[in-house]
Amino acid sequence: MNKYKKIDKNVVIEKRDSKICESIEESIKRSGLKDGMTISFHHAFRGGDKVLNNVMKIIASMGFKDLCLASSSLASVHDEVIQYIRSGVVTQIYTSGLRSKLGEAISNGLMEKPVQVHSHGGRVHLLQSGELKIDVAFIGVPCIDKFGNATGSKGRSQCGSLGYAMSDAHYAKYVVMLSETLEPFPNTPASISQDQVDAIVMVDEVGDPSKIGEGATRMTTNPKELLLARRTARVIENSGLFKNGYSLQTGTGGSSLATTIFLAQMMEKKNIKASFGMGGITGTMVYMLKNNLIEKLIDVQSFDEFAAKSLGENPNHIEISANEYANPSSKGATIKQLDVVVLSALEIDVNFNVNVLTGSKGILRGASGGHCDTAAEAKLSIIVAPLTRGRIPTIRSRVHTIVTPGETVDVVVTDQGIAVHPRNVELKKRLKKAGLTIVDIKELHERAIKLCGQPKAIKHTDKVVAQIRYRDGSIIDEVYQLAH
Amino acid sequence: MINSAHAGTLESSDVYIQINPIEEDIVEIELHSSVAELYDDMIEELIRDTLKEMGVTGINVHVQDKGALDFVIKARLQAAVFRACGTVPSWEEQS
Repeated sequence: MNKYKKIDKNVVIEKRDSKICESIEESIKRSGLKDGMTISFHHAFRGGDKVLNNVMKIIASMGFKDLCLASSSLASVHDEVIQYIRSGVVTQIYTSGLRSKLGEAISNGLMEKPVQVHSHGGRVHLLQSGELKIDVAFIGVPCIDKFGNATGSKGRSQCGSLGYAMSDAHYAKYVVMLSETLEPFPNTPASISQDQVDAIVMVDEVGDPSKIGEGATRMTTNPKELLLARRTARVIENSGLFKNGYSLQTGTGGSSLATTIFLAQMMEKKNIKASFGMGGITGTMVYMLKNNLIEKLIDVQSFDEFAAKSLGENPNHIEISANEYANPSSKGATIKQLDVVVLSALEIDVNFNVNVLTGSKGILRGASGGHCDTAAEAKLSIIVAPLTRGRIPTIRSRVHTIVTPGETVDVVVTDQGIAVHPRNVELKKRLKKAGLTIVDIKELHERAIKLCGQPKAIKHTDKVVAQIRYRDGSIIDEVYQLAH
Repeated sequence: MINSAHAGTLESSDVYIQINPIEEDIVEIELHSSVAELYDDMIEELIRDTLKEMGVTGINVHVQDKGALDFVIKARLQAAVFRACGTVPSWEEQS
């Protein structure tokens, strides 16, 4: 310990604004970014994101190479990344999702190193364990003050929860905030706080909130989806969990959203109030909060403008980070208190394994998201999917890619019957007693194949293009390069 | 078979089949399918079997499949053949 030495008090007023950079380029220079480092982005704007492409363009023009791109997810708007992989700017990717042309190019072997696909909870676990070290995080936010206090529930491009960005900001060595609205200091309550922020750049646009949903939050009129939703609601109703104080997470997609609406009607009728609703929050959940059917909303990502608006206005609509949401090694992930989760699937197999990542032709076109996190922790995980999509059977002998292991799935609801995981003896009895059609999952598989025919196996090489990381960091499956 | 004919639509889960008579005594199939990677062999086999059952050769079959199930493909093909022949089938005999 040193002895105190007199200091000269010298308050430099200009320094109070020193976080603000003139340009993205200046912020990159200040960050000390070097070849081989890891940069991160968040996906609160999903398909409406305008930060990643913008920043990548400047990084590429500055001549950086061999970077690891760790975005909490990638949407179809990020196809531009292909050119940066080709030019060697990006040589490694960590993400929850891969879609569109980028997913297709990677499926065809664009990258040398396999993409690391993580879940939302699993990403924070990788950050915490030190495997994923973010050198510079670029975080787009709707509004900020000159010291770095940022929020998504105000501003022209209000996107709602900044849950994923909050965890990135916590673990990144250097944090650059990009924003379009400068609020007077202090901009509170802040989702990302001044003590986590190194640099700030004001830009024209960070994102288009109208594209967050990208069709994921449409209300369905499809009779098959409505039937699935009605059945799912009946499974929940008769599960033994449907009582005052239960908790619920529903995903996006037609059936899941419609399930929420049917549940709301049943809750109104039976006078049942949920303690909390969680997940990607949609307008339907907000409606339930407003109508006193849910006590609180726990929001890691706001899926539409209603959710974003409510987060800013309603004190019972609470923002949480990805760490508080789903990280298995967090001291308290909210999913550990969750009763029911309703999830979708691209494929389910006879061992209840679920694929939400690769399409029927083996191409990467989905996202791991919170699927395996919530399935593992909720008391009741329900997977909802039609038996067939056109000629494509949903129920397979083995899913092309395992994202969520069958051991964590409780019920599969299809339009041709409901399958209950054999471990849930009591639940199966309950649902049967309620008059629901319970069938063996192998029967569902046979039925699907009878209708569609046995599809040919997808041809692939032995090169691994993506590794599926389970939430604890282990490798649960691998995706191979497609052969033509 | 003397005329060209078609049956079906380009709607999802349907198939559009166009058939034309050709000189040679063979079955020519041009298959475009949204599920070709998974089912092209099965669809081609179904078309050949159906035409064999009906005793039709000297035909070019152009198939634009949008993921139709087997029974749809078969029915569309049969309808196209009947239209090309200008005959009224006895439906009981068709399966």
